Formats: sequence, C-alpha cells, structure tokens
Amino acid sequence: MTQVVLFNVFNGLIVGAFYALMALGLSLILNLSGVINFAHGGFLAIGGYLAYTLIPFIGFWGALVLAPFVTAFLGIIVERLLIRRVYGRDPLYSLLLTFGLAFMFEDGTRFIWGAQSLPYQVPGWLLSPLSSAYFFLTGYRLFMVLIVAVAVGALFLILSYSRLGIRIRAGTLDLETVAVLGVNVRILRSLNFGLGVYLAGLAGVLAVGQLGLEPTIGSSLIMPSFVAIIVGGLGSLPGTLLGGLLIGVASGVTTVFFPSATEAVMYVMMAAVLLVRPRGLLGEEGRF
Amino acid sequence: MASVDLRKQAPNILVWLLLLAMPYWLVAVGSYVELGTRVVVLGLAAMSLNFLLGYTGVLSFGHAAYFGLGAYGAGMTIRYLVPSTSAGIAVGVLVGTVAAAIIGPLIIRLRGVYFAMVTIAFGQVFYFVAFRWNVVTGGDDGLIGWTRLPLNFGIASIDILHRATAFYYLVLVLFAVAVGLMAWLLRSPFGRTLIAIRENERRARFLGIPVDRHIWISWVISCGFVSLAGALYALMNNFVDPRALYWTQSGDFVIMAVLGGMRSFWGPLIGAAIFVVLQDYLSSQTANWMSFLGLFFVLVVLFFPRGILGMMRRKAVS
Repeated sequence: MTQVVLFNVFNGLIVGAFYALMALGLSLILNLSGVINFAHGGFLAIGGYLAYTLIPFIGFWGALVLAPFVTAFLGIIVERLLIRRVYGRDPLYSLLLTFGLAFMFEDGTRFIWGAQSLPYQVPGWLLSPLSSAYFFLTGYRLFMVLIVAVAVGALFLILSYSRLGIRIRAGTLDLETVAVLGVNVRILRSLNFGLGVYLAGLAGVLAVGQLGLEPTIGSSLIMPSFVAIIVGGLGSLPGTLLGGLLIGVASGVTTVFFPSATEAVMYVMMAAVLLVRPRGLLGEEGRF
Repeated sequence: MASVDLRKQAPNILVWLLLLAMPYWLVAVGSYVELGTRVVVLGLAAMSLNFLLGYTGVLSFGHAAYFGLGAYGAGMTIRYLVPSTSAGIAVGVLVGTVAAAIIGPLIIRLRGVYFAMVTIAFGQVFYFVAFRWNVVTGGDDGLIGWTRLPLNFGIASIDILHRATAFYYLVLVLFAVAVGLMAWLLRSPFGRTLIAIRENERRARFLGIPVDRHIWISWVISCGFVSLAGALYALMNNFVDPRALYWTQSGDFVIMAVLGGMRSFWGPLIGAAIFVVLQDYLSSQTANWMSFLGLFFVLVVLFFPRGILGMMRRKAVS
C-alpha cells in the first residue's frame, strides 16, 4: 500500500511539474500583458510534435534543446501578428482570440501529424527502473523532474537578476512607468510572451514522453494549469509553482483511493481555496 | 397607457415574425426545421449569457456548465425518474439554477479575467462528473436510451417527438417566455441597476448599491435561462454527452454573443444563427472545420469586435 501511495504521489508530482511549467508560462503572460493565453496548450502540443519530427535528425537531446526554442519563436510571431492587437482592450477579446488560436493549433497538429497517438522515442537507458523495490522510479521520470527543476530555477534566476527579468517584473507592477523610463514595452511583451511559450514548448517535449503524443494533449492540460494559477494566487509566480505541484499531488493521491475523482479533486481544491482565500494561496490582495 | 411606437418596435416585430414563420421559410429555402430549432435553442443560450456579459458587464466563460447541467437534468429525469417532457425541463432548469446559486458566492467578488478563469475552471467539475460517472451518465458515450415524450394536456396530446414543427413551436414558446422575462427584467429598476454596475461599478457602489448581490442575482438568472436552453438542447437531440459541458462550448456561446453584438438585445440570437449555419456548413464541407471555426473567432475579434448589430448602430449614428 505504501508503495502504491508513494508511486502515485511521485506520479502526481511529475504531472504537477507539467502543470506548473505550463502555468508559469501562462502566468508570465497574464501578469505582464493581461492576456489569458488559451492557445498555450496548443503551443505545448506543437513543442511535442516538433520534437517528434526533429528526433530522427538531431536525436533526443538536440530536440530537447531546439524544439522549445522553435516553439517560442513561433509564439513571438503569433504575438507580433495577432495578440498584440488586443492588448489593453476588454479581456473578452484576448480570450476569444486565443481561444480561436487554440482551435486552429489543435486542428493544425491533427492535420499535419495525424489524429492517432504517436510513439515517442526516449533514450533507452533513461527508461530502465533505477531500483527494483521502487519500480516506478525510472530514469526518465527523475530526469523530467530534474529538467523541470532546472527550468524553473533558471526562470526565477532570470526574473531576479537579468535585465529582461527585472523589466518584466517591473512591467507587471506598472507598465506605464516602465515605458516612460525608456523601455520598449512592445519588445518587452514579445520577449515575455516568447519566454512563456518556451516553457510550454519545453513542457510539451517532456510531457509527450510521459503522456503520449496526441493533438488533444494541449486542451487537456490547459484547464489544470488555470486551476494551478488560481490556487497559487494570481500575480504570484511562486504561488503558481506551488499550485501546480499541489494539485498534481492531490490528484495523484486521489487516484489511489477514489480513481474516478482524479480530475474533480483539483477543482474541489480550487473551490476550497476561493472560499477561504479568494486571492489564492500566495496571491496579493486586491490585484485582481 | 403609452401608445406603442411602431418605429421603435419594428425590429422586435420583425424578429418575432421571422421566428414564427421559421419552419416554413427555412424549408422553402431548402433547409430543414431542426436547424431552426437549433438556432432558437442556442440563441436562447447566447442571450442568457448576454444578460450577464452584455448587460451586467461580467465576463463569464463557463456557461456551458449550466447549459450541460440543464441538459443532463432533463435527460436523466426522463430516463430514470418521470417519463414526462415537462418534468424533464423543470428539473433541468432547477438543477442548473441551484448549482449556479451555490457556486455564485465563491466567484462574485472576482472581476475581469479572474472571473472568466474561475468560471471556466468550475465548469470542468461538472464535465468530469459527467465523464467519469459512467453508470449514471453514460460517460463519454453520452446519455442514451430515452427520447422526448408527447406533451400531455389531459384532453389532447401533442406529438413533439415525430413532428419537428411541433417541437419547434414548443421551443419557441419557452424561448418567448424566457426572452420576455429577460426583457422585462432589463427594463425594471433591477435591470437598470445592472447596467449602472456595468458602466461604472465604483460609482454604483458609492451610491449604496449592493453590487456583489446584484451580480450574484444576475449570474443566477443568466445561468437559469441557460440551463433552460440546455434542457431544450437535450430534448432536441434526444441525447446528452459531456461535450455539452465542455469549456469549448462556453467559448461558442461567448462568440455568438460577441458576433451578434453584446450591447443589443437581439444580437446574440443573430450571432447564434450565423454560428449554427456556419458550423453546419463547415462540418459538412471539410474535416478541418475546427481550423476554420478558430479562424472565424480570430476574424471576429480583429474585425467585428462590436458585433453585427453594434456596427449597424454605429453606421446609423454617424
């Protein structure tokens, strides 16, 4: 029993790490530009499919490095062409715009790569269990957790110390003042969007090794990311990280005791958080 | 007694005439009655959403949940409890309204994007319940094994199952009641207060209006009507599946309202008509209709943000 619980907690942690990666990207974009990017799941899927296409040419490691960058580049193009047009307008329009984009991405991936689930090649040595007692601890899973940890660590370092990161944080608080101080806000928003989409692309490359590659992978992961943001608190990136891990573990544990409530439990958590603390666990008072 | 201003009433009269004669002119232009039923049902859903979206200024992206609850409420009542169409509709509306009333207090203090996110996420609870609770809801395959039943008035019964036109008129009667109620509410002091909240929430609050309570009531009313639309939707298809509850359905309602014009009473109905016809056409023409639908969303946002009626009104003013 302990084994099963441990297994599911670990599993939940991995899934939670995906939610967190995705939700962090969403949060970055939401905080600076006020846009909820429904197409985020679509970018995740594109990241995964790009990796699938690239692996035969440049191998798994090459794809792991390259695919998220290509996805981010695509994200910046989309932002330049479309999303920047709805900045500053009623949030309704950004919701609808990215909603339509999500449809197009999902259908586009289905059109290019087909509707069936694709096999995914991960280096063999990563797949063998590390210990026979804890059979679920395959190298790939540990590796994923590691990559997510590195990515999140790097993100927080960038935000804390790099010039871009400091500008992003400043812009989150008061974009107008940042613009007045001579920062090109248009470029800042583009780069920030690209950074967010990069995280989605990275999550995509990693997720498909774990969850399989399907066109609907994006739309199935985006709602939990919303929940992660709400639970953690809007406007707080550490909160988003915490929220993602929490709901991942919660649904992992629920799988053991009440499998049919695996998904529902995170929404129950969200309701509980909203009831006692409407701004979310680490959210700031009165920001939204 | 104020005399009826014919010029002012002309659009209303036109809409009602078109709706009343719909089964006849639809067939005459080579379409079918069921398409008209779908327009009216989804139009009701979009107009109900617009009660909140356009007239209270609150951005809900989760109305599919209550639409779906109405649908499942109606279907499950007929399937398991009482073999009666009217009981199904009543239970469907009740279930959707009560669920909205319970969830209301959790969300009414939130605004803007946050409100949208939370409503859409809450909708997913009901989706997963419907999806996972196979034994009762039929899971992913949907709730089958039931049909709408003849309406029984004691002396006569109307066969709404086999006569599409009869069912259309049943839907239209309920639509008329719902829409009439909404119009009456919007004209009442309560409705005017909602518009005041939309225009300037802070000022409304300073005037002593209990804003949160008004938004809660508006939310419940809006969800109640949308669950009526959901119940009718289930009866129309003789079937419910979890997709009626899925978050993409909410997006469809919002785009209908925006496309027709959020600031006009009939706008969402027009939006629904265009949406239904377009979806019907696209899905018959191409397997990639989702891409085109997505493109349609993008184009509406970029080029018709005020909706069709909004644009027409603007032209008339200038």
